[in-house]
Amino acid sequence: MSAPENMRKIVIEPVTRVEGHGKVTILLDDEKQVQQARLHIVEFRGFERFIQGRPYWEIPVLVQRLCGICPVSHHLAAAKAMDIVAGVDELTPTAEKMRRLMHYGQMFQSHALHFFHLCSPDLLFGFDADVAIRNVVGVARKFPELAVQGVMMRKYGQEIIKATAGKKIHGTGAIPGGINKNLSIEERDEFLKDIEQMLEWSRASVKVAKDYTVENLETVADFGSFDSNHLSLVREDGAMDLYHGNLRAIDAQGNKIFDQVDYQNYLDYVAEEVKPWSYMKFPFIKSIGPEDGWYRVGPLPRVNLCDFIDTPEAEKERQEFMAVTEGKPNNITMAYHWTRMIELLHSAEKIKELLNDPDLQGEDLIVKGERRPEGVGLIEAPRGTLFHHYKVDENDQVTMCNLIVSTTNNNTPMNLAVEGVARKYLSGATEITEGLLNRVEVAIRAYDPCLSCATHAMGQMPLVIELIDSDGRLLDKKAKGMSLND
Amino acid sequence: MTNTKVLLIGYGNPGRLDDGLGPALAQAIEARGIPGVTVDIDYQLLVEDAAAVAEYDVVIFVDASVKGKEPFSFRSVEASEDITFTTHSMRPESVVALAEDMFGQKAQAYTLAIRGYDFNDFGEELSERAAANLESAISFLEGVIQNNLYGDAASAIG
Repeated sequence: MSAPENMRKIVIEPVTRVEGHGKVTILLDDEKQVQQARLHIVEFRGFERFIQGRPYWEIPVLVQRLCGICPVSHHLAAAKAMDIVAGVDELTPTAEKMRRLMHYGQMFQSHALHFFHLCSPDLLFGFDADVAIRNVVGVARKFPELAVQGVMMRKYGQEIIKATAGKKIHGTGAIPGGINKNLSIEERDEFLKDIEQMLEWSRASVKVAKDYTVENLETVADFGSFDSNHLSLVREDGAMDLYHGNLRAIDAQGNKIFDQVDYQNYLDYVAEEVKPWSYMKFPFIKSIGPEDGWYRVGPLPRVNLCDFIDTPEAEKERQEFMAVTEGKPNNITMAYHWTRMIELLHSAEKIKELLNDPDLQGEDLIVKGERRPEGVGLIEAPRGTLFHHYKVDENDQVTMCNLIVSTTNNNTPMNLAVEGVARKYLSGATEITEGLLNRVEVAIRAYDPCLSCATHAMGQMPLVIELIDSDGRLLDKKAKGMSLND
Repeated sequence: MTNTKVLLIGYGNPGRLDDGLGPALAQAIEARGIPGVTVDIDYQLLVEDAAAVAEYDVVIFVDASVKGKEPFSFRSVEASEDITFTTHSMRPESVVALAEDMFGQKAQAYTLAIRGYDFNDFGEELSERAAANLESAISFLEGVIQNNLYGDAASAIG
């Protein structure tokens, strides 16, 4: 191995003026072999301080400031934690089903956005395609029907969020102990008009992802893949449940590490390691330890570790997916896309099921209980398991908040994916081409990480790439998506 | 007044201090209830905004600016492809390009970038200087909308 002074560093960094961005550093030696690759995601930890001292009932609304992409996930995870704080263990059927509808609307729109407008350019045009066409506008020009479908699916999910949360952003629907509105007959009928179309497009989306994966299995199987543990919530009967359940973790072969764990006790099972080079922590399963106890979350683990999916079309697709690995967990990183589309279809089926449930028009919205000092809320967000944990004092003010967001749960896997791809495609390269760099990005995108959702003022540069030699000199610098205004 | 259909999209995170300038302006314009003006507020621009943009004659994207002109700039937007790491947010140029490509509609589009100063913390209030810039921008935009002077204003203000 070369001495560090003989190495040079490639930096892929979105330059923002606030925390919450990602940066990739790839260290090359004199022979241009990749020695080390790391993904740094700079998390903004000040949020916990921001909400300390706030009354607990404000928290489900306030936490939506964390993320503009999945505010509903934070809204619902916080509401579930505050149900516990409010002394409520079971919601009314109307409240639970309204929240579920909100959540499946969120899952539907988020998965559609990711697939059609984030990863489809890579899949449809190839990793080496000209960056001038390998983007969402390129997709709109060459595959206009697909692009329009993505937009309309996203819009449908957004409208469901608006109807259930009360507003498109900063919704107030979920409150400690319940929900503050039901779904009117008029709202229900509007959504029912389009649900068959959404189901049809969802089926087609699964096919696109499945066909791509199967046709390119040799390539994708080796692309940033590795064996890992998997973690998610499952229902008591082992079914996939994206809104509520108990924790299950399995190893790479499918052996259960733990099962049906009440997430109020998550601290007995999951811990976080701090590493000096990253602001973001590295969660791991305590019984295994930090070295080997890291795990993946999100669509791939959820499909891998559930016993079945309780909607018929998604279950059929799950069985087909699991057949590829003969029932064992699938550890292919790029298989996230296929499983994400299985969940898209599952969400559409669930939305249809809920829209036809008269409980959504019920009037019994809130349950009251006896105040408790602490509560934990977990939800399967689009990107994976999301943990919210709060302590509340006798004055109803929050005194402690601990969040483990989905992207943090996937910290170690994303680093491994980046390193695997960097070693395979960047070692020995004489030139850092767009295609090579994009392969690194593709590996990260598979996890759909949320890197810098919190602020988007004009003037930021989403991606800067710097090439620095062993003397620290800047050899090259590329910027993507620079703002025109400033 | 004219029959021009106007969409104003104010975006940013009101929980991140001056990043809330876009939503703050949008709320102020909405409160004025100007006929023909539809107001939308979001954290960031996303693909579905292209579908909305395609339904209007004039679209105004309002955002905070990190180091732009004080108190604000007002410029026309030309459609262009965006090359970014993520589509978790989009630029106005890309939204306009998508509206044209997917829905075949070409709206007159403008950005109103209001200069902000304080972005590096959580908080729901604007800095004093950003609040002053916001007031100037509200007065300016109200006049532009009332008099249908978008192109002239963009040329004059830049």
